Amino acid sequence: MVATLLRLKLQILGNGFRRSPWQIVGLAIGGLYGLGVLVFMLIGLILLRGADTELARTILVLAGSAAVLGWALIPIIASGIDMTLDPQRFAAFGIPQRTLMTGMALAGLVGIPGALTAILSLATVIPWWRSPQEIAAALIGALLGLAGCLLYSRCAAAWGTNLAASRRFREIGMVLLIVPIMFIGPVVSTTVQGFRHASGDLSALASALSWTPFGAPWALPADVAVGDYAGAALRVVIALAALAVVMWLWNMAMVRAMVNPPRVTGGKRSAGKLGFFNVFPATPTGAVAARTASYWFRDPRYMGSLLVVPLLPVVLYLNASRQGHYDLLLIVGPLVAFLLAWSISSDVSYDNTAFALHIATGVSGKADRWGRVIGCCVLAVPAVLVLTLGSLAISHRWDLLPGMAGTCAGVLMTGMGLASVLSARYVTPVPKPGESPFKKPPGGQGLTLAVQGLGMLVLLVLCLPQGGLMIAEVITGNHVLGWINLVAGPLIGAVLLWLGVRIGGRDIERRGPELLAQLIKNG
Amino acid sequence: MPAVALRGLAKRFDEKIAVDGISLDVPVGSFFGLVGPNGAGKTTTLSMATGLLRPDFGTAHILGVDMWQDPLHAKKLLGTLPDGVRLFDRLSGEQLITYAGLLRGMDRVTVAERAKDLLAALDLTADAGNLVVDYSAGMTKKIALASALVHAPRVLVLDEPFEAVDPVSSANITDILKGFVASGGTVIISSHVMDLVQRLCDHVAIVAGGRLLAAGTVEQVRGGMSLEERFMSLVGGRHEGEGLSWLRHS
Ligand SMILES: Nc1ncnc2c1ncn2[C@@H]1O[C@H](COP(=O)(O)OP(=O)(O)OP(=O)(O)O)[C@@H](O)[C@H]1O
Ligand SMILES: [Mg+2]
Repeated sequence: MVATLLRLKLQILGNGFRRSPWQIVGLAIGGLYGLGVLVFMLIGLILLRGADTELARTILVLAGSAAVLGWALIPIIASGIDMTLDPQRFAAFGIPQRTLMTGMALAGLVGIPGALTAILSLATVIPWWRSPQEIAAALIGALLGLAGCLLYSRCAAAWGTNLAASRRFREIGMVLLIVPIMFIGPVVSTTVQGFRHASGDLSALASALSWTPFGAPWALPADVAVGDYAGAALRVVIALAALAVVMWLWNMAMVRAMVNPPRVTGGKRSAGKLGFFNVFPATPTGAVAARTASYWFRDPRYMGSLLVVPLLPVVLYLNASRQGHYDLLLIVGPLVAFLLAWSISSDVSYDNTAFALHIATGVSGKADRWGRVIGCCVLAVPAVLVLTLGSLAISHRWDLLPGMAGTCAGVLMTGMGLASVLSARYVTPVPKPGESPFKKPPGGQGLTLAVQGLGMLVLLVLCLPQGGLMIAEVITGNHVLGWINLVAGPLIGAVLLWLGVRIGGRDIERRGPELLAQLIKNG
Repeated sequence: MPAVALRGLAKRFDEKIAVDGISLDVPVGSFFGLVGPNGAGKTTTLSMATGLLRPDFGTAHILGVDMWQDPLHAKKLLGTLPDGVRLFDRLSGEQLITYAGLLRGMDRVTVAERAKDLLAALDLTADAGNLVVDYSAGMTKKIALASALVHAPRVLVLDEPFEAVDPVSSANITDILKGFVASGGTVIISSHVMDLVQRLCDHVAIVAGGRLLAAGTVEQVRGGMSLEERFMSLVGGRHEGEGLSWLRHS
């Protein structure tokens, strides 16, 4: 049976070639590349025979861990990368679970990455070709490591497809994508700095990794070489235990996949949980506020903005701590106020054609606009408050509190005022409901750029009074400016907010059907 | 005074004239069916009548109130189920009905009571707390219908209300609508299912190519034939003979 599965996989590979000659070209290029890597690595391994045990161990553990981690992570990143032996397709055949799993794991060896990994794993015996014990240990380590590669990747793939079938996890995944995106900068700069004074760190990293399931198998022969049999035994236990856990997890995922038809949504939830609708007053304005506030926690497109709130200060903090200038942190309050206020500037576009309900019910423009502003405040006000106070505390600049309070309140209100006008006037192409927040919708890039870019510019100009006063206060150290800011900032902001809601509300009432027509056209 | 009075309604999308001067009276207390082939302009007409789409020409009055002069007042009288628009589907079903009610300015207690009744009447109680995005097509139709009913409107305009709805729910909805008409309300539905229209409606209008072909009581319009036959003869477009011969296996 296992052999049948392997043959099936080979056949699928072969059929691909028959369908398109380009697949052969692809395989040839891949094969050549793989061959190059293989030769290069083999030479390295042979050279490593001459090196001392410590160095060989460091290099093997690092390279081996990287390989295992790669196998484990790639299916998650590129989910569905190899679904030719997707367990769900075998659900109807009633193949025993154990057979199917063995076959699927071994099928990982078929193909260039699998073959390459297998050969190189076994080739790690070369540096240890010194005594029978070391050879045996290296062989056991290689097999454990290879098994890890195959099983971790299968387990990850199984859970990946499993979770992707549920809307909730898929959406959380989409939103969490923003985390690596935001941290690319700090991570790269820290890594670069780290490498500058690092060769000692590398061996430390290797010995740390050698106690994890990813590195343990590759450290085995070095343990035996230096006579640390207890250490070697422990590492075998670590590796085997991890494999057992992963097998169990994979089995669980398979059972779930086989039993549940795909796309099962959560259980039935009955009535009675009105959430924000119970919090806000029972008026049209309150209803819009409750609806938009709910959306902040339920719609991935808003959750993306939400995630910026905790991440931005972390990124800024990392930056500040490297430069030793904690005053830089102070920008976080006004910046988050700016961004969160801005995030409702395409609100109607985000509603998409669901906005028809607002027109059909004839809700007043004022209620529509104020509701959205209040819904945004539910989140924005506490977030800005906490971040501002936190940044003042960390940088020990409590003397700036009045000015900071004025700036943040002013920026928030000004921003929401402008956003209220923009979202009532322009329909911009944005990701549709249920789509990834990072999807760039086709078409209308020009308009989007103009509205978003110019709008941000206008907002910057409108925030000049507060920003200018704040900067002047920081430079001159004259706190009278701060007290002026505390009064004038919110005052100006309030006037602009009131004006923005008025203009936007009037637009909604006058041009609601035209907005809807545009939304329908954009789909 | 008719429940809905359309006069010379017309709408053009770029080159395409979707509605080409439709005048129609829907009497109070009638169950009115609007039928026509795909692309006839039913959705466009109903959108203009309900204030969702501004007409290029013509007027629409709801119980004497001009929809495009006094929209707030006219919309109060109307319950609308538009076709082809999304819902606020990140709300639970119960929340969506509540939202529609509150937007109409209703008070909390009344909304809560009616939401409960509507959910029960439309067999949605068990899913009331689930997000609408996870609903099936038929459930989505039903929750949209519930949001159109919650404020007890005088006139209901429903664009394809039975699409994708299962027979049990269809029967329940039919009972609700018949009761509504019996108590003096007015219902306008659009549909492709002639049998359903003939069974349900007392008045019917046939549109095609943006024009009104026939209107009146069902008896008048069908004139002795079945409504389906009458529809075919008015609209035309039946393909006689041996179309798609390759599809036949013997
Ligand atoms: N937003 C739009 N932009 C351009 N053309 C449109 C638009 N909406 C409708 N049309 C066109 O107007 C015509 C009438 O469309 P409408 O949706 O009113 O038909 P319908 O009678 O509701 O059809 P169906 O039975 O398929 O729902 C069609 O030819 C359609 O292509
Ligand atoms: Mg239609």
